[in-house]
Amino acid sequence: MPVVIKLENVSKRYLIDHKQGGGYDTLRDSMANKVRNILDFPKKIFGTRSNGEDKNREEFWALDDLSLEIQQGDRVGIVGRNGAGKSTLLKVLSRITEPTFGRVCINGRVSSLLEVGTGFHPELTGRENIYLNGAILGMSKADIARKFDEIVAFAEVERFLDTPVKRYSSGMYVRLAFAVAAHLEPDILIVDEVLAVGDALFQKKCLGKIEDIGAEGRTVLFVSHNMAAISRLTNNCVLLNRGKVELFGATDQVIQRYIGGDERNILSTRRPVEDIFYIKRWKFSDVVEIKEVGVIGERGVDVMFDGELTLELLLSVKHAVDDLSIGFGISPDGEFKIMGGFSSAFSFGERGEYVCRLVIRGLNLAPACYSLDLSIGTGTDVASRKDYEAIQGVGSFHVLPYKKDFTPIGEWVHGWGMTINTGAIVNVVQECK
Amino acid sequence: MKSETLIIEAGKTERHYWRDLWRYRELFYFLSWRDLLVRYKQTSIGIAWSIIRPVLTMVVFTMIFGRLAKMPTEGNAPYPILVFAAMLPWQFFANAFTEAGGSLVSNASMISKVYFPRLIIPASSIIVSLVDFFIACVVLAIIMFWYGYIPNIRIFALPLFLLIAILAALGAGLWVAALNVKYRDFRYVVPFVVQFGLYVSPVGFSSSIVPEKWRFLYSLNPMVGVIDGFRWAILGADLSLNVTEVVLSIVVVLVTLLTGLFYFRKTEKTFADVI
Repeated sequence: MPVVIKLENVSKRYLIDHKQGGGYDTLRDSMANKVRNILDFPKKIFGTRSNGEDKNREEFWALDDLSLEIQQGDRVGIVGRNGAGKSTLLKVLSRITEPTFGRVCINGRVSSLLEVGTGFHPELTGRENIYLNGAILGMSKADIARKFDEIVAFAEVERFLDTPVKRYSSGMYVRLAFAVAAHLEPDILIVDEVLAVGDALFQKKCLGKIEDIGAEGRTVLFVSHNMAAISRLTNNCVLLNRGKVELFGATDQVIQRYIGGDERNILSTRRPVEDIFYIKRWKFSDVVEIKEVGVIGERGVDVMFDGELTLELLLSVKHAVDDLSIGFGISPDGEFKIMGGFSSAFSFGERGEYVCRLVIRGLNLAPACYSLDLSIGTGTDVASRKDYEAIQGVGSFHVLPYKKDFTPIGEWVHGWGMTINTGAIVNVVQECK
Repeated sequence: MKSETLIIEAGKTERHYWRDLWRYRELFYFLSWRDLLVRYKQTSIGIAWSIIRPVLTMVVFTMIFGRLAKMPTEGNAPYPILVFAAMLPWQFFANAFTEAGGSLVSNASMISKVYFPRLIIPASSIIVSLVDFFIACVVLAIIMFWYGYIPNIRIFALPLFLLIAILAALGAGLWVAALNVKYRDFRYVVPFVVQFGLYVSPVGFSSSIVPEKWRFLYSLNPMVGVIDGFRWAILGADLSLNVTEVVLSIVVVLVTLLTGLFYFRKTEKTFADVI
């Protein structure tokens, strides 16, 4: 199979502004910088690089010397944690943004679907938006006209074709937008996480459509956090980590590695509370302070059903303190705890920083995302509890619907009963093991 | 596979840019069509705005410059026609420049999600103003008919001056559109330029009242050549065209357009990162 996409040492740098007020450059700032650059000029000549060492700016390499070859007809999934460079990679491939270094070679027509409904105008009718959106995505008017009925049928919006899309329900809107994009006929289709919208039935339909496109021998690149979708749609996968290709290979293998995380990640996720997103924080005393929190699954922040979860805290203690206890709670929505408890009492003999670790084994929570509440205080039951500090919704973890060896959680023992149709109903009995 | 190879290399301009531009010509059409549709859908009296604005401005200018300030007209042309003939290109330029200047920012979501030659956006935004221009032309025809004023053969030179006005709006629009992406200050620059321009262009008065020693500086404003050209083409026989003025106007317009194109192309690739 010929190579259709070839990336050679591709890097993409973003400059992150740290200055207050953020947002856009103003002419004033820009002029001030110009003046500063001129003053800095001697430094540049004498070899000290002032480029990129600007105090207000920090470099961030979204893609870092990335090389990759994708063959024709390949259906490639791109997985990785947030910030791994997935979206940047797609943006570079679809020519929205230019790489800072490196070379990209693409054979064939690329269509990218990074967002559902790009360019939809709320005032225009469904019909008008089909034409507009199609043109934006690179279809010719003749193509759109030819596919018009198919698009409308796929989106199931026949009755509302001449209604402005601002009157559409969000579901209809998304269906129409996806329908247009799904009827592109590119050689290479690039799809970002766009299926997180719409109802379950429509999501299935969309996945089916992408599957068809792949089956026609077109090359598909697909980014998703939904491993079920990835494993259904793709045969190969790229695992990105900090802008580099960590693994490129068969989908199963890559998913396993992705979910499994990396040994190096496992204990490195403890981070200062200030850097973590949390819902609320109460401080009642500064005797003991929670400095850092880590929610460490046996596989990154993901935990297999029935697996092991480790909570790690770094506590800063002002002076010797007795009768301490750590409280924790797990909630699916940041509000209602479904699981929790207090540690037995312990004490710290002197001022210093201490690491505390709680290991939960056999975590039998339904597969979903959970957030964590933490507190440090005295008393080991709700009645006598006195918190020094409490943090709600700090950190989160995923429970995955697999066991350690990647078998599903539940298995069915089943058998179908059969009879000649006489109007009687035959029960099929299934047993859950 | 009848494929073509696309090579994206850091820091190199793409070879296929102009061919891509041609390939996306339908998008140009659709974007103009969208702007027109939206314009007339959102406003309840729609098309009437394209008539009301120039007509009211003409009335006010005729009152102020013609009646109160008693400024001279050109030849024997009625003052309203003198004003309206200038109003046509000026309002076209002002609207097109404003639209083109803000076009990239108002289409930001498209720019950050889809590839196409970005040049299409400012270029297509001018079309709405062009349609307004043609509607206003009809109004001018009615006014001329009312005054029994018949244009001569020179009217056929009008497309040339319109072309200069289009290129002027595009050139200035490209500059501002690209600068606007990075420096939002230009949001405030455009209305000022348009307002200021109205007074340094011969819209409410005739160029003949400008003293000779200021004439060159005055003609550096490319709209002077365009407006005088319009008057020359519409008002008829007893007017002579100042050719140096028109040539100067064309030169200024071309310089603006070419530098604008250059700057736009240079910054185009960073739009998605900055916008």
